[in-house]
Formats: sequence, structure tokens, C-alpha cells
Amino acid sequence: MAGKIITISSGKGGVGKTTITANIGLGLAMLGARVICIDADIGLRNLDVMLGLENRIVYDIINYIEGRCRFRQALVRDKRFPELFMLPAAQTRAKDAISIEQMKSVAHEAAQMVDYVLIDSPAGIEHGFRCASAPAELVLVVANPEIASVRDADRVVGLLEAETNTPARLIINRIKPEMVQRKEMLAPEDVVDMLAIDLIGLIPEDPEILTASNRGNPIVLNNGSPAGKAFLDISRRLQGEDVPFAPLKPPSFFQRLLGSH
Amino acid sequence: MALTLKGTQQGIVLRPLSDSWDDVLQGLENALRDAEAFFRGGRLIAEMGDQELTKEMLTALRAILDRYDMELWAVLSNNAETIHTARTHGLRTRLPGETVGVLPKDQPATVPIPPDTASSGGTRTDPGEYALVVQRTLRSGQSIKYPGHVILVGDVNPGAEIIAGGHIIVWGKMRGLAHAGALGDEHALICAIELTPAQLRIAGYFGRPPEGRRRKLVPETARVSEGAIVVEPWHTRE
Repeated sequence: MAGKIITISSGKGGVGKTTITANIGLGLAMLGARVICIDADIGLRNLDVMLGLENRIVYDIINYIEGRCRFRQALVRDKRFPELFMLPAAQTRAKDAISIEQMKSVAHEAAQMVDYVLIDSPAGIEHGFRCASAPAELVLVVANPEIASVRDADRVVGLLEAETNTPARLIINRIKPEMVQRKEMLAPEDVVDMLAIDLIGLIPEDPEILTASNRGNPIVLNNGSPAGKAFLDISRRLQGEDVPFAPLKPPSFFQRLLGSH
Repeated sequence: MALTLKGTQQGIVLRPLSDSWDDVLQGLENALRDAEAFFRGGRLIAEMGDQELTKEMLTALRAILDRYDMELWAVLSNNAETIHTARTHGLRTRLPGETVGVLPKDQPATVPIPPDTASSGGTRTDPGEYALVVQRTLRSGQSIKYPGHVILVGDVNPGAEIIAGGHIIVWGKMRGLAHAGALGDEHALICAIELTPAQLRIAGYFGRPPEGRRRKLVPETARVSEGAIVVEPWHTRE
């Protein structure tokens, strides 16, 4: 049976698509699934850095499409989980170097090999986004709790509904519980209310996410952290587990004193 | 009146009422100019009846439509010559059973074609007026344009728009742009359970909600009164 193809998208840039792709991919691998993460952000690749696999790239997705290598050769195996692979984007090419049909065929080929194919979509709603979402059976729409991001996510959900009718689930990233409590930030309920799609993940803001990504060791590997757990929870939900949403609490006085946040 | 223009699910239907094609074209041009925002980008169905449509007439019609980014989509006729002319120009001469609508083609409408008022007249005790009923969330970048009334059961998100020839009734949150009476009807209303739009327009009038947060959200109705758009809460209405 072919694996499930899932695209991570947002419309707006900088909301955490690549971080989320890396963490969910690793999370699924930690749960024992076979996964291929495809970086569809041709020309602006980052997924390799976040997964800590940058120095292992030999071929990329464009090389494969142009017939310069076999599919297996283009895949980069993860250094921690032997059943996790990454298909890197080409850094020196433009987004239109790949057609929608080509992306579909690559994704379906990948799905023959593994349980999950995750596609990291580029920002925007143009060709790159269309390519990345065309093969998807499910799109995870990422929004930050801010107006501009929610509005762009709304646009993306609308396009998905109209063009491909692909189901979409929502991930709200960078939630600051203390700001929500002071009513300075949109509450997750407000975002869900506006987008009217089902929630699949709530990720609290955590500076550790950034440092972990910079080191190429995504935070999901650190089971103790709330953000790491939030990512693993999304992976579990994708596998069909019914994981309740952990209440997001502001860091306590002592936690702040100890500098653990 | 040299012609009638009627919005349907399939497109805007033009029916010439004059034998002079020049008069029809002049009337069309005036109508398009008066409600450009409404017609722009739409598609036209010419319902010619027994009247002949020659190649020259077709070219003149297309020239006008081009200026408004409109497409001549179909020619309906009882005249064999006209049907032949239309076909050789790549036009439809019959409407498909499937409805696509005056809505942009990426937004399939969820309702059947309102029956032709003229042909169904007399069969109903209360003729009422036909409206487009849409049940869904209207998201950023999506728009509904309809010559009659529009009833939306769902929310209109910021960045979305409804442009209607008649009233706009939103059973939900109206947070995008609403333009009622877009063909010039100043008596058109905009009602919503939560009326917090980016902007309201009724006929040629234009209004913005006051800045700042409102205390309590109640269902409201916007109308034109004494040359301005006024918004009244539902419960104080008589």
C-alpha cells in the first residue's frame, strides 16, 4: 500500500513550515514509521539544515527529474533513523524548474517506498505552492497567532477547497500563553474559529526550537520540552491516535527564575 | 430599453429588445459602464431568439465586451444561420446542464439556477424575489458576484467580498467587504449576525466601521439613510 502524502503549507513565509516538516518527519520516524521528507522550496532549501543533513547531499530533486540520478540516489538517509529520508531541493535553480506533473510523479514514487511523504511547501500561493500541494492527500496549514498569518492561511485553505478539494488541518505555531492570557495575542480558539478547519497541533513559542534547528537536531528529539512533545503529538495524531491537546501554560515564576524558558 | 440583462448561474443573459443592433450595443455599453465593477470579468450569453446574428454583429459585440474583460460565451438562437455563425466562432449554442455560474469558475455555486421569473410567474402564490443562497465560509480572496440578492450561511472572512445587485444577508460574521445594491439600488440592505466588515458599500455609498473595539456584538442592519450608510442594531428595529 502506498504511503500517505502530506504537504505542509502556510501562504505566509516565516511561520515555521520547514521546522514543522523536520519535526513531524522525525517524530513519525521516532514512532517507527518510514518517512520521506521532500523539500519543495526549490532555490531556497532549508530542510537539510534543520535535519542536520546538509553535508550529506549529493543529488537533488531536479537532478532526479532530469534523469541524472536514480531516485534512491537522490534520497539522503537520516543519521539517526535509518527509515527516514530527505529528498533535497536544488539550491541553484528556480521554482519553475519543476512542473506540477513532475512533482506529482516524484511524490507518488516516494509514497511507494514509505508510510509517509511530507512535502515542505514554499511560501506564497504561486507555482511552488501549487506544485507542493497538488500531490497531497492532506495539507497541514501552519498559522501563527497573528492577523496577517491567519489571513494568508485562510487564503490557502480557500485555494485548496476550490482547486483540489484537499482536506486541510491546522497547526498553530509560536503561541505565547502569557500573551494570550493578557489578551495581547489571538487565542488558539480565535484562530480556529476564523479558519473553520480542524486543529491538529498547538506549538508553544520556545527559543529552544530555533537553537535545536540551528544545530540540526530538531526539538522533537528532546522529549522533555513542551514544544518537542507538541510536535510528537502531531505525529501521533497523523497516525490516527487520539491525543488530547495539552493546555498551554505560561511559564511559572520559578521556571522563569531558573531560566528554563 | 433596447435590451435586458439578467444574471443567471450560467452567466449574464442578454436579450435584445430592439431590431437595431446599434441600439442594443449602445444600451449594453451604457449598462456595462454604469456597473462596471459588477460586470467586469463576467461572461455573456446572447439569447437571440429568431433575430439573426451576423459575423459583423458578433465582432461589434465582442469589441464592447473586450473593453470590460467580458467573454462572449454562448449564443442561443432559433435561427440556423446564427447557430452556424456562432459555432464557426467557437461559441456554445446550447447551455450545458451543469451549472457554473456568474461566480468565478473556481468557486462552484452550491445552488441550482433560480428558475426564470417570467416563465414561473403565476404558479406561485407569493412570487417573492430570487436570491443566491450559499452555505459555506467565504475565505480571503474569494468573491461572490450576483445580480440579485445574496444570502450566505457562514462567515465572510477578511479579504473576501460579496457584491450583489440586491440585499446581502449573512447568517454569520461579515468581516470582509460587502457591496449591496451594486447596480444602483439605494434601498438595498446588508444584514449580518456580526457586522464587523472591512468596508460596506450600498449603491454608490461607502462606509467604514468606526475604529476601535465595540462593546457588544449584536445582529445589525446597514442601510442608506439621508445620504449616508447607517448601521442599526437589530433589536431596536420596529
